[in-house]
Amino acid sequence: MQHSDITVQETSKWEKEHIPGNKLPHEYSRFERFIENFKYIIGGLLFGIVLIKSEVISWFRIQEMFRFQSFHMYGVIGSAVLTGIISVWLLKKFKVKALNGEQISIRPKEFSKGQIFGGLLFGFGWALTGACPGPIYAQIGAGFVTTVFTLISAIAGVWVYGRFRHKLPH
Amino acid sequence: MLENILKPWPWYVAGPVIGLTIPLLLILGNKTFGISNSMRHFCAAVIPGKVPFFQYDWKKEQWIFFFASGIIIGAFVAVNFLSNGADVDLNPQTIAELKALGVNNFNGLLPSDIFTLSELFSLKGFFFIILGGFLVGFGTRYAGGCTSGHAIMGLSNLQWPSLVATVCFMIGGFMMTHLFFPFIFKLF
Repeated sequence: MQHSDITVQETSKWEKEHIPGNKLPHEYSRFERFIENFKYIIGGLLFGIVLIKSEVISWFRIQEMFRFQSFHMYGVIGSAVLTGIISVWLLKKFKVKALNGEQISIRPKEFSKGQIFGGLLFGFGWALTGACPGPIYAQIGAGFVTTVFTLISAIAGVWVYGRFRHKLPH
Repeated sequence: MLENILKPWPWYVAGPVIGLTIPLLLILGNKTFGISNSMRHFCAAVIPGKVPFFQYDWKKEQWIFFFASGIIIGAFVAVNFLSNGADVDLNPQTIAELKALGVNNFNGLLPSDIFTLSELFSLKGFFFIILGGFLVGFGTRYAGGCTSGHAIMGLSNLQWPSLVATVCFMIGGFMMTHLFFPFIFKLF
């Protein structure tokens, strides 16, 4: 198969310049692909455990946060961001490479009005469901069967956004 | 030690562990944290239609499906094997305010007054599950990211658009809780 057949259309110039060693999926053997993906199951597993143990997937905790009645959620998010800032700074300072040899690089976020309109709409949904996308998966794993429908609705929301994207202000 | 694992974890343990997901994913495979992307890639893989927004090689991004599966497994493990089953230790003021709105059951992580199958096709289910879920999906994609992609990953990389997004997430949540909840709960 030619590269051009499966190259991501949206692959930006930025990505090509910064991630020269990026292998495409078909360049890996089946075993490599399994190992490659298995490590993300482990990463997700740890993340899922901490989401439950810190109760951040609790609808009640989200209500406490939006009512300013507990420091818990602010503490979790704040210390996560602080840890992230220090980690990213260290990774950049020491020019750390990923396990596959790639230079670690983070795509910059571009501003659009979507961050305002979409941000508000997501905030509405966050208060209603008590979940952002990561916690939806955790709520499902925790055994709340109805939250499977939260996920289905969320995927429908993503699809509708994609379909009518060109009509929305950005 | 085991006792401490079984109890809920305080914010100063949970926050740094969540924050460490960022360097973990970057080192494991130069991946940037952002879970809402999984839903876009799902659309691209399963229901792309003829929508240009979903025409790309989702296989290159399939790691996120494995990560999301991991979250489901991790949550299952944590609830069934690493918990002491205690209720969430909420501020009594929150309980009082939610009771005034009509939430009566405070057992577990989610209120069973709302998140049960029998309510799914009621007006309650429509607002809190169907509409709420739709807004989570639509809103995060419109904003270009969610709590993980903007609030944690974006802020960690000092991106000001992510700060705008995070502030708007919070404003949206405040508005829903304080302005719209009193009206929504009157409907039931």
